[in-house]
Amino acid sequence: MLLNIEQFLPILPEVLLLILGLLILALQMSLPKPQHRNLGWVTAVGMGLVILFSLPARPGTEPMYVWGGMISYDWLSFTFKMLFIFAAGITALLAMDIEGLGTRGEFYVLMIASTIGMCFMASAADLVMLYLSIETVSIPLYILAGFFIFDNKSTEAGFKYLLFGALSSAIMLFGFTLLYGMAGTTRLPHIVISLLQNATSGLIPAYIGSLTLILVGFGFKISAVPFHFWAPDVYEGAPTPVAGFLSTASKAAGFAVLVRVLLWVFPAEIWAPLLAAISVATMTLGNLVALTQHNIKRMLAYSSIAHAGYALIGVVSFSALGLISVVYYLLAYLITNLAAFGIVSAVGRVTRSDDLTAYYGLSRRSPYLALALLVALLSLAGMPPLAGFVAKVFIFMAAIEAGLIWLAVMGVLNSIVGLYYYLTVLKYVYLYRSDGDTEPLPVSRSFTVAIAVLIAGILLVGTLFSPWFNWASTAAAALFN
Amino acid sequence: MEIILNNLLTLILFTPVLAAVIVMILPSDQEDLIRWVSFVLSFIPLALSILLWMRFSPAQPGFQFEQKVIWYSAIKSSFHVGVDGISLTMVLLTTLLTPLAILASFTIKDRVKSFMVLFFLLEMGMLGVFLMLDLLLFFVFWEFGLVPMYFLINQWGSEKGEREIWGGRKVAARTYASFKFMIYTMAGSLGLLLAIQMIGVVSGTFDIPELFARWTALEGSLFGMPIGVVKSIAFWAFAIAFAIKVPVWPFHTWLPDAHTEAPTAGSMILAGVLLKLGAYGFLRLVLPLYPAESRAYAGVLGFLAVMAIIFGALASWGQKDFKRLVAYSSVNHMGFVVLGIAAAAYTLGMESEPLALSAKLALNGAVLQMFNHGLSAAGMFFLVGVIYERTHTRDLNEYGGLFPLVPVYGGILIFTSMSSLGLPGLNGFISEFLVVRGTWPIFTLYTALAMIGLFFTGAYILKAIKQVLQGPLNEHWAGHITEINARELLVIVPLMVLMLWIGVMPAWILGVINHAVSMWF
Amino acid sequence: MQFPILSFIVFTPIVSGLLIFLIPADRKTEARVAALAAGLLALLLSIWAYFSYDVAAGGYQFVEQYTWLPMLGISYHVGLDGMNAPLVLLTGIVMFTGVLISWGVDDRPREFFGFLFILATGVFGVFVALDLFMLFFFYEIAVFPMYLLISIWGWKVTREYAAMKLTLYLFIGSVVALVGALAMYFVSGLGTFDMIALEQAGFSPEFQRLVFPFVFFGFAVLGGIFPFHNWSPDGHVAAPTAVSMFHAGVLMKLGAFAALRVGIMLLPEGAKAHMWWIILLTLVNVVYGAFIASVQSDFKYVIGFSSVSHMGLVAMGFATLNKAGMLGAGIQMFSHGVMTALFFAVVGMVYDQAHTREIPNLGGFRKAMPLVAVAFIVGGLVSMGMPGFSGFVAEFPIFMGLWGTYPWIAIAAAISIVVTASYIIRIIGNVFFGKLPDAFEGHIRDVNALDKVALVFLSAVLIIVGVYPSIMVPMVESGVTYILRLLGGA
Repeated sequence: MLLNIEQFLPILPEVLLLILGLLILALQMSLPKPQHRNLGWVTAVGMGLVILFSLPARPGTEPMYVWGGMISYDWLSFTFKMLFIFAAGITALLAMDIEGLGTRGEFYVLMIASTIGMCFMASAADLVMLYLSIETVSIPLYILAGFFIFDNKSTEAGFKYLLFGALSSAIMLFGFTLLYGMAGTTRLPHIVISLLQNATSGLIPAYIGSLTLILVGFGFKISAVPFHFWAPDVYEGAPTPVAGFLSTASKAAGFAVLVRVLLWVFPAEIWAPLLAAISVATMTLGNLVALTQHNIKRMLAYSSIAHAGYALIGVVSFSALGLISVVYYLLAYLITNLAAFGIVSAVGRVTRSDDLTAYYGLSRRSPYLALALLVALLSLAGMPPLAGFVAKVFIFMAAIEAGLIWLAVMGVLNSIVGLYYYLTVLKYVYLYRSDGDTEPLPVSRSFTVAIAVLIAGILLVGTLFSPWFNWASTAAAALFN
Repeated sequence: MEIILNNLLTLILFTPVLAAVIVMILPSDQEDLIRWVSFVLSFIPLALSILLWMRFSPAQPGFQFEQKVIWYSAIKSSFHVGVDGISLTMVLLTTLLTPLAILASFTIKDRVKSFMVLFFLLEMGMLGVFLMLDLLLFFVFWEFGLVPMYFLINQWGSEKGEREIWGGRKVAARTYASFKFMIYTMAGSLGLLLAIQMIGVVSGTFDIPELFARWTALEGSLFGMPIGVVKSIAFWAFAIAFAIKVPVWPFHTWLPDAHTEAPTAGSMILAGVLLKLGAYGFLRLVLPLYPAESRAYAGVLGFLAVMAIIFGALASWGQKDFKRLVAYSSVNHMGFVVLGIAAAAYTLGMESEPLALSAKLALNGAVLQMFNHGLSAAGMFFLVGVIYERTHTRDLNEYGGLFPLVPVYGGILIFTSMSSLGLPGLNGFISEFLVVRGTWPIFTLYTALAMIGLFFTGAYILKAIKQVLQGPLNEHWAGHITEINARELLVIVPLMVLMLWIGVMPAWILGVINHAVSMWF
Repeated sequence: MQFPILSFIVFTPIVSGLLIFLIPADRKTEARVAALAAGLLALLLSIWAYFSYDVAAGGYQFVEQYTWLPMLGISYHVGLDGMNAPLVLLTGIVMFTGVLISWGVDDRPREFFGFLFILATGVFGVFVALDLFMLFFFYEIAVFPMYLLISIWGWKVTREYAAMKLTLYLFIGSVVALVGALAMYFVSGLGTFDMIALEQAGFSPEFQRLVFPFVFFGFAVLGGIFPFHNWSPDGHVAAPTAVSMFHAGVLMKLGAFAALRVGIMLLPEGAKAHMWWIILLTLVNVVYGAFIASVQSDFKYVIGFSSVSHMGLVAMGFATLNKAGMLGAGIQMFSHGVMTALFFAVVGMVYDQAHTREIPNLGGFRKAMPLVAVAFIVGGLVSMGMPGFSGFVAEFPIFMGLWGTYPWIAIAAAISIVVTASYIIRIIGNVFFGKLPDAFEGHIRDVNALDKVALVFLSAVLIIVGVYPSIMVPMVESGVTYILRLLGGA
């Protein structure tokens, strides 16, 4: 096999990330310890450069299978890769000033490793590649979740995540083997053809069985009901920026493989009703349980469960618009939720608490941080002119276009419940008082930069949605054309 | 001059507003200045209406000095003004009484500026009703007049007295009276409002002269009912609204309260002009718009009028409060107006020549009675106010034998009372005689019954004179009571002159009225 | 290219709101002055737009259209017609006066004006929107600041409850309408959200009948229609003065207007099919609202319920589906907006001095604040539908419209006029006249000059429209004519 530069174009982001990771590793060894914090700047700027240098390596409109068919070089994977890298860069900024996290070079390296895994996940076109990439994503994340080894909760979070993750990935692997057994190939684009040939041979139950087993694994990744149990505990225990990363990039990666596998391999008649049920259960449970939370990270965890449910509506719609809306939704959600977790990190760093009472009087302590939280939460609630609004509208449009009005109505009802608890937090922030609300709450520069970028992003995605929509539709065209 | 003549009615209507604006910008602590400016300004509408009177040609049929400007294009309502003999008389009465009432209220000490502003607005409201030839704007002014009157009673009314309302709560009598006045009149005009809307929708115009033709010509059915039923309902909606304003028994109960509690000037205008609005409504709208219904229900109306005459007189006779006595007398006197109108309504469309003549006489009498009652009731209320300001009581039993102490006042009181009573030679006689003469062939029984009322009219007038002026002197007042002063004389003398003038030589005013009446019937 | 006046109107508030956020928190006076300048600018722009609208030409004017998301047929499309021009003016008026009377807000005025202006942009946006998506976009922008404004600066006793109730009600309404609107988008098959195109979409009557209730009621919730009016009095009472003004004055119009624009104008057959029972609901609004208002002892609740009653008249006017009724409803939206803004301003001023709103505990306020009393009386007369004020000009055609369609409803609805008169008179008597309670003796001060400017301004508008209706009628009439064409009549 002749290695030429052309072959590296499809995996250019991954290669660049690898170089960045090695650079960080080298810097960590050479820099004195107090300087390690600044690796966050290096990571963030590095991520920015990765995005910049990857842009010329854009795929064509026609998907290509490269590296022996392991990798699909298309717009969908490219779009998701950019999202992951962006999320990682922001997470690096958010983690910088967290004691015991941003001061340790390993953190950045692990996160980059996980990001590389995500990139492969998004572009995997082969079952083996898919499984390997999922493990590449997960293993660094297990460590990151338990990063605070002296903190019981963090340790618990890491361990729990590991156990759940291992179990579900084992189940998923079983589903993969069933699929391979029936189709005789691991290439995703070929599986569907083989399956169609075998469809008459009484393999339908096994077919459904493999689908179910695979959905367990994916459901775990996107924290869909009933595979969501890990999420609140892990988010609560894990370092806040890591929780943010988990809830955004990792979840988006889960959706990337979900849509690819479902749309490529299985006929929609089989999975659509099942997924619709999961979607409704996920939204409803997530929102209802979120109502009762007193810890903001747990609340955001449940809210992120609910958001997975909304995004699933788009998948269930099984149409070009549906897929566009999923991509758009994930884009909006990723920016918004990162912002929310970023603010929680910034506040928690000073108040040392993630309890909702810590947010009493926030607007007096730091008006701009409060305003940012307002933007983030209202975007999650789906209010214009913020990203969440248009994203939700597109999702509902997709559902209605597909004739799934009941599903749209369920989504609508759920977003009302959602609005309630988001507004409640804003009430604490703006209305309630606490003893120390006269002293200002310092926000370090890295937080300011990260949150400002995210808020600007929320507004931009929420108002000038044409370019983003076009981008999402190009990505969707990779699967639907 | 040309401009004035061309816009004469508009000017008459809006010069009071102009006056109100001028008064409004005067400094509020310069009370005397405000009083005198108001007084002087109130002569502008009077002068203009005298000009109008002189330029008016009685023999010419229809409305004169008409002006028409689009006001509310979408529903085809326009600012359409015009006068005929009936409204001209009323305009003159209004503009005449306003300066006198303002002069009478020089004793007001509290918030003079607001008082004067409201008074001018009230004048505008009343003039608007008399001048408007657009049904919608007629209603606009009809309702609008309520507001200043409400505040005049509510804020400047008599400060004494309490009334118990439901729940045993006590409120000031003037609050009670003003509220009752407002709600009664508004409730009455509600039906009017609905009927006006209905007419507007059905006929597609609010222009009164056009409606005379279009509305009466309607045939077929409306809203799933025969047109006759709809018209009957609408007739009663109109009739009740106007009957409350007149007021006709049994809708009169707001009147004694409102009159009694109102400030003197307020009572003068209330009795002098406001009550005429109701009667004017009958003449201007009810009779021409509903000729058939008017004829059909004339008997009912006549009956109510007789009841008003009899019960008004009896109630008046039974009062201990001087002002209440005068107030009930209005019910009594306005009864004659309605009786005359009812008689005329009854003959509408009849071919019989003698009955038509009688009807015309009755109507002449009714319109003249409106004018006359305006003079005498205003005069009586003013005189009550004069004595009240000196004694601070209105209880008839607490007066007594005041004639020797205040001979001039006593003379004036007797003179005015006699006008009210209908003594030949004074104005009241002429109009009541015409009404009685006119109605006799039409409603013989009613007229006969009304004579009982007339008898009690004499009784209560004499009772008032006796209680106030004659009998043993209540020593309490000796030395405490002063004679009527020059300002007060200035108020009452013009009224007395007119009473006498009409009583002796009614032709100048009857000529105008008669022409108008003859043209309609 | 002509000057994009509507875009300026829409974005002036939000841009100035964001600029206000940049002022340091302790520079309160600067924040207020900036807010006043922005309010004045918005007012002048809306006056300019109102008076430069060419009534003779009619139709949509000052139209601007920019693509927003061409793939789905979403565009930024604004235009002014006879129906929304008065409402734009109304918003300008309320915004300006709202700033004037909020001078005394001392707790975080920067945030207060910032949120208020975001709200204002939403309102302007909805009124001028000619694109269905854009309408929803701005509609939601107008809803959420309400929550913060009420819960942060509202009346301490009920603000949290009322703010949440209000926001959820409105949000539910809007998303229900959104589902209906999206269905319209797909069923039309035109692939555009442009309302002018959708007006010609020719939906089947069955579809219209099915979707109409969702769209209409989704928006009419904000218009306070029975039985979804429950949020409104609570919300009004809990809100701070300027927000009550905005809320009752403008926001409720938003609901009524959107119900007209999206419900009646896009689904005319649906409207015709459903109006007979909707008009009964509006009758309940009108009469029941008036009765409930008359038994309240809290000054602000009286006004709150009176809004329910008056907004019922607006819906009733629309429900007649004829020229007079709709014309009246259009004017009533403006008239009620100004009137109720005036009312709430007055209530706020009384409350600021008395610290109570219980009517039996008040009295004699005219001595200390004569102008406030006069302003309330003017508002009260408008509310009663007294001729010579804008309320009459608005209500009269509504009743005429009813006579043309449902005569019995007209008679029944007229009861509310007397009831309204009775409670307005009661308030005037108990709050402004009578004896000043001893506890207040010497504590009640007159309002400041800014408040006076606001009161005089609002009262003057009410009187001008009442005396000279031609300033507004032909404009609204042209808008109504357009709607009637869609309805297939006249």
